Amino acid sequence: MVIEERTRPVERVIPPESPAPQVRDRVASPSRRVDAVIVNTVLVLVAAVFLLPMVWLVLSAFDPAATLVLHLPEGLSIGNFRDVLNVDQTFRPLWNSALLSFGTGILTLAVGVLAAYPLSRYQSRFNKPFLYTVIFGTCLPITAIMVPVYALFVSLNLVDSTIGTILFLSASSLPIAIWMAKNFMDSIPVSLEEAAWVDGASAFRTLRVIVLPLMKPGLAVVFLYTFIGAWGNFFVPFVLLLDPAKQPAAVAIYSFFGQHGSVDYGPLAAFSLVYSLPVIVLYIAVQRLMGGSGALAGAIKG
Amino acid sequence: MTTTLPSASGAAAVRQPRTRVRSLIRAIPLAPAIILMLVFLLGPIVWALYGSLTNTALSGPNAANPQFVGLDNYRQLFTSPTFPLSVVLTLIFVVASAVVGQNGLGLGAALLLRRASKPVRLIVGLVFVGAWVLPEVVAAFAAYAFFHNTGTLNALLAGIGITGPNWLYTYPMVAVILANIWRGSTFSMLVYSAALNEIPDEIKESASIDGAGGFAMFRLITLPMIRRAMAANLLLTTLLTMSVFALIYIMTAGGPGFDSTTLPLLAYQEAFKFSRVGYGTTVAVVLLAIGAVFSVIYVRLLKPEVDI
Repeated sequence: MVIEERTRPVERVIPPESPAPQVRDRVASPSRRVDAVIVNTVLVLVAAVFLLPMVWLVLSAFDPAATLVLHLPEGLSIGNFRDVLNVDQTFRPLWNSALLSFGTGILTLAVGVLAAYPLSRYQSRFNKPFLYTVIFGTCLPITAIMVPVYALFVSLNLVDSTIGTILFLSASSLPIAIWMAKNFMDSIPVSLEEAAWVDGASAFRTLRVIVLPLMKPGLAVVFLYTFIGAWGNFFVPFVLLLDPAKQPAAVAIYSFFGQHGSVDYGPLAAFSLVYSLPVIVLYIAVQRLMGGSGALAGAIKG
Repeated sequence: MTTTLPSASGAAAVRQPRTRVRSLIRAIPLAPAIILMLVFLLGPIVWALYGSLTNTALSGPNAANPQFVGLDNYRQLFTSPTFPLSVVLTLIFVVASAVVGQNGLGLGAALLLRRASKPVRLIVGLVFVGAWVLPEVVAAFAAYAFFHNTGTLNALLAGIGITGPNWLYTYPMVAVILANIWRGSTFSMLVYSAALNEIPDEIKESASIDGAGGFAMFRLITLPMIRRAMAANLLLTTLLTMSVFALIYIMTAGGPGFDSTTLPLLAYQEAFKFSRVGYGTTVAVVLLAIGAVFSVIYVRLLKPEVDI
């Protein structure tokens, strides 16, 4: 037999957490306490610097007279939001972002899970080279190929096509999605499927009825991870979608920002907040699903 | 189900094609993924290799009828003053912001966070993750405001009596490097936190019984034990940083002049601003080649550990 079914699940996707009691912490000598004060102070200072640009963003969004410098607003108002929350400036770009991100997320999930199934369930001598190629593809700088991708889109007549952009975004997020989906699938014991196979169920049916329901959290992580990536992507739609009516929020913010001329910073900050909110919510959702260990940390650890 | 011809003599001869058919059927679910990646990832790469040998343009006579120009673009590339400058800037950007900045700060924060008090750990973790999950465009906009001549940084410096320079014009590289450290350190911090968590406590315990102090412990125990994670993280952050586009493009647009034009920006500008697609593609091929070398090292590094 060239091909054998995998008989034993690979039982590690999420590394076990070890809440480690620190040995040296038990002794609270005076020098330890000074150490702890220094450690806490340094960290709080770094965090404060890190926080400044974000605080500026939030305050400016509610400041009727926002400038580039961080300052306490005279009075808080939601005027900036009222100014910018209209169809042309916010809702259409956000809708376009949603279309691109949902399309990319669903297509990547469907295609990625299909591809992960044979890679996880059957042993073939092509698996290893294929998966190494996939990891290799994960690493390639996508920005480097945007010029040739534009040329390809011109020749396929796909410039300004939302579907074309979804196809490209899906292709570029597939390597990591296949990798993650395979790891999630490996953690589901194959013995359940074997029983179904004995009863005469096809591989596709066992995938649909047994495997997918068991890996729902994994599916959600792959989808959300792809969705967040597509939502935040600027360069791909910037190159491939030239019609302002089709551009997503990432590109709309850039157009709003202008060529470094004078801009209304308040409304721009308000728009930025509205645009960032879904990503922050979804990131928290991913964290919940992964049980605390970061989606990316899990992904690169394999 | 596959049908087999009843054959008395050559069982082996029959099984060979049968298993081949079966492995083909089993590979069918891979087809959509392979087609998508062939068309939209491999296709552009192959086209780039060819396109870099032509004088394709966005408009004009060379747009409709590009000529094959051999290695002209490459010759031009290596003799032009902007390309070597761009390579040096990319190198500075990657080394300063990824290798030193993100890795150093990420490792430092991960180490310190283990000793920090619980509320500090929570707050610092939240702030770091906040800078990381912001979409790139928003982060770039916030960083632009921070480093602007009339922005927060110079206001802070003025507070302690220093007249800050116009960062985005006088020191554009410093501004984009610091912005990329701000945005990217969290990734390294998460990787290092995970790696540090996996060091068994018994080892640290026995080392501290043997009298190892803080620094000796770090050098002799911690560092060797997170070496793999460190190598993987260095490569990944290098690859990610090499392809940063939006952050620089929004903060400085590669300027003033070419003073912050890293390779991705050069490829974009040559192709779309100066309409020299062939030449821009040549820059892309160089960038892709550098990326491929790093990717191969990364895959080789993971090889013994990844159990496929």
